[in-house]
Amino acid sequence: MFQRPPDGGPYGGPVSKNLDYAQVDYIANPYLTVTVGRFLTPFGIFNERLYPIWIRSLQQDPLILPLSDESSDGAMLRGGFPVNAKANLTYAVYVSAISTVHNNLQSERNVGGRLGVYLPGSRLEVGASWQKLLQDGRTNAFGFYSAWQPQRLPLNMHGEYARSNQGSGYWVDGAYRLSQFRQKAVRRLEFAGRAEQFFSGQIGSDEAEALGLPGANTREGEFGLNYYLHDGLKAVSSYGREFSSNGNFNLWTFGIAYRFMVPLGRAEQ
Amino acid sequence: MRLRIIVASISLALISVLCVAGDSPRSNSATTPVVQNSAQADAMRLEGEKRFHANCGRCHAAPQKFPPRMMATIVRHMRVRATITDEDMRLVLYYLTQ
Repeated sequence: MFQRPPDGGPYGGPVSKNLDYAQVDYIANPYLTVTVGRFLTPFGIFNERLYPIWIRSLQQDPLILPLSDESSDGAMLRGGFPVNAKANLTYAVYVSAISTVHNNLQSERNVGGRLGVYLPGSRLEVGASWQKLLQDGRTNAFGFYSAWQPQRLPLNMHGEYARSNQGSGYWVDGAYRLSQFRQKAVRRLEFAGRAEQFFSGQIGSDEAEALGLPGANTREGEFGLNYYLHDGLKAVSSYGREFSSNGNFNLWTFGIAYRFMVPLGRAEQ
Repeated sequence: MRLRIIVASISLALISVLCVAGDSPRSNSATTPVVQNSAQADAMRLEGEKRFHANCGRCHAAPQKFPPRMMATIVRHMRVRATITDEDMRLVLYYLTQ
């Protein structure tokens, strides 16, 4: 990612690399999967579900994303099953160990879980997450999330709230694909928008910024326009405005997101 | 002390569930259902498409065509990632491969 510093200067930045997950899944039965290794922390909805750049409609991370670890090293039990004809229950519980062996493998000692209910008929999902840090201040974090895709509109809505000693906040975003139009070029367009707010917690601004959080109470609005060249390739653009006591900033994003898959072996036709 | 209790509880739950899994019939997770006739196949394909849009389509479009075995691996991975139910996974796999 190439960024211009807030106080001016040339565009630049490191090419970042990170190991998001390297896990072994054992599907024990229709209700339970056992996961061991490094996995995406199932806290909220963004980190696990919407994080890949080819899925997200806006490329900026939500302000509250650093309130929980992006990845954890440990073990997890998870699954999803129908509780009746109209609702599915999903769950994940995990315990993770501290790891400082390498920058790409960092993890904290946590225990936590997420519980969600999905109503396929109305395509509405709501859920809650909890996480307890088992080191240092032994603090708790919790959050709620919601996702909704109306049956008759190509609209995709998400929202999340999270709170910990490091701060609290929420975000709501929506993406509308113009797939109902006849013209092929127009059908590939998608409008997106997000509103979010972050409230500082019990830690200092320097510590917050080191964690990737804003150093002060912050509000942000962002609007984006995406163009799907095909399913795995899209051009993205957005404009956002950040309001904070540390200063107000414009946030421009232009990019290309490409998803590729490389089969590692031959498969029968 | 609390940590020990938490770890012991999770271990106990894990062992219990694995024992239950051992006793239950094999789920044969990533296999497509057996279909008796073309009408049933059409119905399953339609239901699979519906389940695809309800589960997978919430985040992304259908992937490009892959051979069935490869698609089964992809769907199995996504079942875990997106906590899709066993039934939904089977129908989605049928829709994507048949």
